[in-house]
Amino acid sequence: MTAIPDTQGGFALPRLGRFRGLANAALGIAILLGLWWLGGVAVANDPDMYAFSDFAPGPTLAALWDILSTGEVFEMSGPSLYRVGMGLAIAAALGVPMGIAIGRTPWLREITNVPFQFLRMISPLSWMPIAVMVYDTWDGAIVFLIAVAAIWPILFSTAAGVRRIDPAWLKVARNLGANPLHMLFTVILPAIAVDVLTGIRLALGVAWVVLVPAEYLGVTSGLGYSINDARDILDYSRLAAVVVVIGMIGFALDYICMLLIKRFNWVRDTAH
Amino acid sequence: MIATAFSNTTLRTAPRAVRSANGSHVAVMGLSHTYRKKDGRVLDGIDFEIQPGEVLALLGRSGCGKSTLLHMLSGLTLPSEGEVVVNGNTVRGPSNRWVMMFQAPSLYPWMTVAQNAGLGLRFGRRSHEVVKRVPEVLDLVDLGAYSDRNAQELSGGQQQRVALARSLATNPEMLLLDEPFSALDAFTRRSLQRDVREIAKSLGLTLVLVTHDVSEAVLMADRVLVLDANPGRIADDVTIDLDDAGRTSGSDPFQAEQARLMQLYTQVAHGDLPAAIS
Ligand SMILES: Nc1ncnc2c1ncn2[C@@H]1O[C@H](COP(=O)(O)OP(=O)(O)O)[C@@H](O)[C@H]1O
Ligand SMILES: [Mg+2]
Repeated sequence: MTAIPDTQGGFALPRLGRFRGLANAALGIAILLGLWWLGGVAVANDPDMYAFSDFAPGPTLAALWDILSTGEVFEMSGPSLYRVGMGLAIAAALGVPMGIAIGRTPWLREITNVPFQFLRMISPLSWMPIAVMVYDTWDGAIVFLIAVAAIWPILFSTAAGVRRIDPAWLKVARNLGANPLHMLFTVILPAIAVDVLTGIRLALGVAWVVLVPAEYLGVTSGLGYSINDARDILDYSRLAAVVVVIGMIGFALDYICMLLIKRFNWVRDTAH
Repeated sequence: MIATAFSNTTLRTAPRAVRSANGSHVAVMGLSHTYRKKDGRVLDGIDFEIQPGEVLALLGRSGCGKSTLLHMLSGLTLPSEGEVVVNGNTVRGPSNRWVMMFQAPSLYPWMTVAQNAGLGLRFGRRSHEVVKRVPEVLDLVDLGAYSDRNAQELSGGQQQRVALARSLATNPEMLLLDEPFSALDAFTRRSLQRDVREIAKSLGLTLVLVTHDVSEAVLMADRVLVLDANPGRIADDVTIDLDDAGRTSGSDPFQAEQARLMQLYTQVAHGDLPAAIS
């Protein structure tokens, strides 16, 4: 029935729990590590690049172990997760109601279409100077940038979901005596839950990408800051380890989103 | 699983608790309707009365305004002229005292059968009745064993039964059916036609049924209003004089009534081929 982009087919995560899926996932990771190792060997044997040999898997994984075992990983990622969480929460708090309103009201859709498509195409980072001027704190500016980046996928995905709602569901609910709150919580929100979550999943991807460059500026905490800091002290293995941490957390967050989408997806495979 | 959709012999008679008050009395007075000025009147000067507990069929070809008329009985649409009076009160909007059923069951696919059936109670702030009432109505439509299934796992006929249970759960006085069986296969349709009539009779409900199928009208209705098209007017008001035994598509009295109604319907339909007789 409803198409759910990005969760079925394409580059979805392997179906863990099935042996072949697990084996193939392990193979993919091994190939990635192998390429990384080859790159490290090449760098180590090149006199011009020798200084960067700490980017190789060996030193990086040792540094990663340091970061993980000392618990420093929480110190680094805590502020970043807070900023992304706040930014996403604001984006969802604005984007979902606006998406519902736009999905339900043709004239609102017509009015907002051009301005929103226009704003959507502006790189969130280009708001940086303005954000810095407007907000007293770096934290505030970064949360703003993430919210600006994250609102569009949530808004558009919600609006598209609302437009796909079967009009008969609304008519039946009205016929059974539903008031507007019933309509919202019993019919509309469950009907579009997967669309909203899909929007949040896309938004999370964008937000996680925007986060690191935003944290290069000003702040003295977070993953982006840790990368910059490691570079300044020429600790390349640590720098690479933080990059790995960024990838792992991003992967984990995306995986959680996917589980939620699966949980709220009401489409069943039926014969009719 | 399929078997329940066809079974009509096992239908339970309604337990006392399921019995509603009396069916609604309906008076439609001088009702006319125009959707868009340029299209002219869809319905024109409709007057009729429905007695409590009566099963009335609105028969007419597609586009003659049957659904429009039914929406006005339900209060989902208000007429441009005239009024619908139920039990002495003018209808000004939907009410939990009557429920409409549509061609598609339109169950909510994220809910179980029982949750779907209990929705009217929840919306009417009667959630405390759900525990007792939902099993009762699911039993009434022979789907007691299916309450925890996801609505999508049921066959079309079973889904329409859930929609019927959902409609009955709030103890309405009147059911308004808009071609609710037309998407079903012939077997399932027959058993549901019989069951719905039996349930309405045992509960004393007023039942208004929109159809373009002459045999469905004869099988189910006590009385048939044949509608003319462009604009919709009542062309004939026919009483179907059949006892319970006669309400079988094979019986002679049924055949006679069907032939009589078919003739009227064909005259009204200006030579248009009427819907298939089955
Ligand atoms: N919401 C609407 N807006 C405009 N015209 C409508 C609307 N609903 C129905 N009509 C028109 O009114 C006429 C009667 O429709 P309807 O009541 O659905 O007929 P029936 O149920 O007998 O097939 C048709 O010509 C249809 O096109
Ligand atoms: Mg119709």
